[in-house]
Amino acid sequence: MKMSGAEILIESLKKEGVKHIFGYPGGVVLNIFDSLYDNKEVQLILTRHEQGAVHAADGYARASGKVGVALVTSGPGATNTVTGIATASMDSIPLIVFSGQVSTMLIGNDAFQEADIVGISRPCTKYNYLIKDVKDLSRIVKEAFYLARSGRPGPVLIDLPKDVTVSKAEFTWPEIDIRSYKPTYEGNKWMITQAAHLIAKSKKPVIIAGGGVILSGGSKELRELAEYTEIPVTMTLMGLGSFPGTHTLSLGMLGMHGTYYANKAVQGADLLIAIGMRFDDRVTGKIDAFAPHAKIIHIDIDPTSIRKNVRVDIPIVGDVKRVLTVLNKVLKEEVKEQWGEVRKAWLRQINDWRQERPMTYTHSDEVIKPQFVIEKIYELSKGDAIITTEVGQNQMWTAQFYKFDKPRTLLTSGGLGTMGYGFPAAIGAQFAHPNKLVIDIAGDGSIQMNIQELATAVINKLPVKVAILNNHYLGMVRQWQELFFNERYSYSHLDVVPDFVKVAEAYGAVGFKATKPSEVEPVLKEAFKIKKTVFMDFIIDWKEKVYPMVPAGAAIDQMMFEEQKEKPEKKLKAVK
Amino acid sequence: MRHTISLLVENKFGVLSRIAGLFSGRGYNIESLSVGETIDPQISVMTIVTSGDDQIIEQITKQLNKLIDVIKVVDMTELDHVEREMVLIKVAPRQEDKAEVLRLAEIFRGRVVDSGQKTYTIEVTGDEKKIEAIVELLKPMGIKEFVRTGKIAIAREGIKK
Repeated sequence: MKMSGAEILIESLKKEGVKHIFGYPGGVVLNIFDSLYDNKEVQLILTRHEQGAVHAADGYARASGKVGVALVTSGPGATNTVTGIATASMDSIPLIVFSGQVSTMLIGNDAFQEADIVGISRPCTKYNYLIKDVKDLSRIVKEAFYLARSGRPGPVLIDLPKDVTVSKAEFTWPEIDIRSYKPTYEGNKWMITQAAHLIAKSKKPVIIAGGGVILSGGSKELRELAEYTEIPVTMTLMGLGSFPGTHTLSLGMLGMHGTYYANKAVQGADLLIAIGMRFDDRVTGKIDAFAPHAKIIHIDIDPTSIRKNVRVDIPIVGDVKRVLTVLNKVLKEEVKEQWGEVRKAWLRQINDWRQERPMTYTHSDEVIKPQFVIEKIYELSKGDAIITTEVGQNQMWTAQFYKFDKPRTLLTSGGLGTMGYGFPAAIGAQFAHPNKLVIDIAGDGSIQMNIQELATAVINKLPVKVAILNNHYLGMVRQWQELFFNERYSYSHLDVVPDFVKVAEAYGAVGFKATKPSEVEPVLKEAFKIKKTVFMDFIIDWKEKVYPMVPAGAAIDQMMFEEQKEKPEKKLKAVK
Repeated sequence: MRHTISLLVENKFGVLSRIAGLFSGRGYNIESLSVGETIDPQISVMTIVTSGDDQIIEQITKQLNKLIDVIKVVDMTELDHVEREMVLIKVAPRQEDKAEVLRLAEIFRGRVVDSGQKTYTIEVTGDEKKIEAIVELLKPMGIKEFVRTGKIAIAREGIKK
């Protein structure tokens, strides 16, 4: 039986096991929306902005490990997805974005709501398609899902001209084979053996775990490696949760706002085992001064990540989980070292650094410290929540003060640094895990970038919590201006911040406000109890900064701390 | 150092812009580029001349390999290979230089493919040095127009460095 393109699309989504799509209708996708109207298996969640739809699909993907799906119309609908797609691309998140397109005979004519979204999205997708013939549709959908989730995952866009959704064809679900795309999953055994021997020889090793560990589902293997060899683990922002933050071997996050002891350990290490991470500039600081004494073993599924930023002694291209499985086996069967004695001195040294400068802040009884709010969120959620963040100070404080024990519990825009990501991502995550506590830790700047999604949360009765760390500033911008621009606060003061309680109530959500430290806990407790969307407006100490901090362009052990009132003289020049 | 990279790619629309985008997006330069179908019409071959240090070239070849539509990447510079380029040169010599222009064309095994009242158009094929040499010699005679195809390259059979 022949089906329309719209019907074929939905049939294909069912084959891929898609239950939720986040989207927004418009002219050229009306046929698809019409087919969705009485479909029971695939539910479309109407967001209030296409950017929100893509971030929600992204949050859904990160929280569930499945491919997130978004559907939007042509022209502005499609261009509004670009930030969301780029966000997913930078963090290697599997996503399919279906964009409507004007009819094939109108393409290139500057038709109404036409945009060359395939051209626009080319640099920020893993791959993209313009479908010209309905006969290709189901195969392309299948290919797109395969591309999105395999190898190094990423977003794939499919542009669907209106006439393709109307024309008819037989539904087929063909086997696919992309001859030019064969990701490497198995690591080279010889290289892995070399790595095992290097690990055995090293005195001061450190593991740096990145988002790739989470994407490949390799947390168990990572933990096995760390515990067996007694190697401390530090994580990138994207890697938080890949190794338990409460584990004695955990050093927390490294890099620009990483812990003192993580950065010291990396700089003092004689071996770095970099797993599923890509040596981003926020991690390495000044690249020439990064880990000067260390040999580097780099495990990553993407060959382009290896030797892109730093020299590598042992490159291993492959899937983290599979490589670590083999590495653990080789270590146990062939190397068989007694690690306890070997590591003693190194772990003691790291512990000294930990004692010297623990991750801390100055408490206050008068004004709410943002770190206190995050500690309370951690405590009251018993560490068992899915946390999303926006970008800026709120993101860094979360990374520093919430202990992530499990993978897929921190959803944050690490690579692109997208303000406005956290709230729609929390909505997506709540759809993936209806019974989990999902909290967006936001700033008063960021939350206003996708605040319209309150409607999406309320209409779907989502108990998403939003904790706004409200300082009336674009806090991270202000922090840089204070430290590096002689306190010239150019356009970073948000003079008018709405009454978030009233905004929440206007949308039918619940709003709370806390202005004193003593109010933090009652507000959080109440919010967590209510099965509704809740905004919590925490008026925080506006002067609070994120410390420690490595100034841009400095080595990562040249850190600034809270008590350091005098500015190091070099700092002023080190602005990037 | 200059590298000649040969690519087998899917013959689909948009592939060229994916490859061009890779170079422009990462700030690499394309010095010359030529594209054509292979025996299999579904596959095209591209020859790209680019330059950079070892790390940049490594990134370029890895990034090219990563593109979904790229089937195979070969850095010809690492192999024994043959390179050719064709140029069409329109010369407008003075009356007394005309014979010299024709003689030079002959020395370089070029052909006159068009002639007007005041111009000759000469076709020359060869490697980069040969092309540069004839251009240098014809320059004083008055080159009016000059078009080159971009380099193409093929590996020599059986001999690896």
